[in-house]
Amino acid sequence: MNKKLTQKIGFSFLFLCIAITIVFLLAIIYFVSVRGIKVISWEFLTQAPRNAMTEGGVAPAIVGTLYLTLFAILFALPLGISCAIYLCEYSPKSYIVNIIRISINNLAGVPSVVFGLFGLAVFVKFFKFGVSILAGSLSLSILVLPVIISSTQEALLAVPQSLREASLALGATKWQTIKKIVLPTALPGILTGTILSIGRIAGETAPILFTAAAFYMKGYPKSVFSEVMALPYHIYALMTEGTHPERQTDIAYGCSFILLILVLLVSFVAIIIRQRQRRYQHG
Amino acid sequence: MDKEMKMKACNINFFYGKNHALKNINLNIYANQVTAIIGPSGCGKSTFIRLLNRMNEIIPNTTLTGKIFLDRQDILNSCIDVSELRKRVGMVFQKPNPFPKSIFENISYGLQVNNIKNKKFIEDKVIEAIKKAALWHEVADRLHDSAFKLSGGQQQRLCIARCLAVEPEVILFDEPCASLDPISTRKIEELILELKNDYTIVIVTHNMQQAARVSDFTGFFLLGELIEFDKTEDIFKAPKDSRTEDYITGRFG
Repeated sequence: MNKKLTQKIGFSFLFLCIAITIVFLLAIIYFVSVRGIKVISWEFLTQAPRNAMTEGGVAPAIVGTLYLTLFAILFALPLGISCAIYLCEYSPKSYIVNIIRISINNLAGVPSVVFGLFGLAVFVKFFKFGVSILAGSLSLSILVLPVIISSTQEALLAVPQSLREASLALGATKWQTIKKIVLPTALPGILTGTILSIGRIAGETAPILFTAAAFYMKGYPKSVFSEVMALPYHIYALMTEGTHPERQTDIAYGCSFILLILVLLVSFVAIIIRQRQRRYQHG
Repeated sequence: MDKEMKMKACNINFFYGKNHALKNINLNIYANQVTAIIGPSGCGKSTFIRLLNRMNEIIPNTTLTGKIFLDRQDILNSCIDVSELRKRVGMVFQKPNPFPKSIFENISYGLQVNNIKNKKFIEDKVIEAIKKAALWHEVADRLHDSAFKLSGGQQQRLCIARCLAVEPEVILFDEPCASLDPISTRKIEELILELKNDYTIVIVTHNMQQAARVSDFTGFFLLGELIEFDKTEDIFKAPKDSRTEDYITGRFG
């Protein structure tokens, strides 16, 4: 076949793939926005649900999701980044370390409901945290740990070896080199991983199903040992239980819309931080 | 040769895994002289100078035997603090490798990691180092700009300034002009000739003219062996080994 034609077919195929993906993405955003925006009001954002979830707002669920996401990131980020630093910078390149690496990557493939059961057994029952923000966010943090570790590892590996050498050659120790050169240089990449994991945490339902989520709460959680409402679980509850399916479906779309906005907002902040850092690094 | 000796390598053998990269190297480095290491790619010249500040230690699975002395002290001894050694034996790399920081921070970094906190002192040292590296009038008004805004040649002089700021005694140049244009190269060479009054300099280069221009002594490496080591003019005018002659006359390499 003519090589120009082959190239054209190749490019067309790639373009088609990108087009399909974008169509799906836009369709999701469109449906959620159109159906969700109808129910959004000041009341919806600031009130607790009333009348068997058919009236009022979803404020406790919004707050609950924020709490769960915040605590999960607080647990997972320091732990994940530390693990990645150890694996990349300190551990010898041995057989065992390779197995650890592969295990961590496999952990990312474990179904999320399994993390939910694990959280129930360990955090809720064994550590006696009960069904609570603490147990839920710990379960979520284990879920995203592999994502954070592998994206941090990639960011660290992308730091040129020549920078490490330059620092060591000036009499810096390995620890100083990591703290002052490697980590700041890898920060944009680490933030990318964090953004991805924030999205995952905020949207996950299964890990909090048995560990944190409450079907209905009148007010806001009082401590980390309280149960919480959370947006993803609230959507699930609205669609599967209750007595007014039509009314509830609209509220579910409203919740989805809020969830989408929340995730986009958090990502946006992280992207701005990342861009600032990048601009500084590339002059 | 009645010059004072600064560093001395004795019976150096070095392996990357099973690959015998350096074979029985004996070489003296004289104080306040420029010693050039020449040879074709892969002959072990970079490997050799990276031993002088123990930079090869960060590469896993390598073996080194022999002794290296700095002022009669064995630097391979386990009680030597390697950070302290690298402060005394600085290094400038093949490709300019400034940190993703400002020009000022690049140079003050070496002082900070060595626990110097006095701001005024750091500032003075930074300016002094920039001036010594012949970079002052090009960066004086933008010390707090990113180092990446500088040209390649300026970045390399920044790396030299960074190295000078920690006040080393020996400076190792690992093909410092390999990625630079002729004008930047000339500036670096002029700088090296100036620096040799205060420092002992070792430069790896595969540019023979450069070795002839800047160095007082030259060692010729081939396949991991030191074939010949002598005063530069003797090496270039009257090489004793036929392989040296073949290389410097351009018959191979």
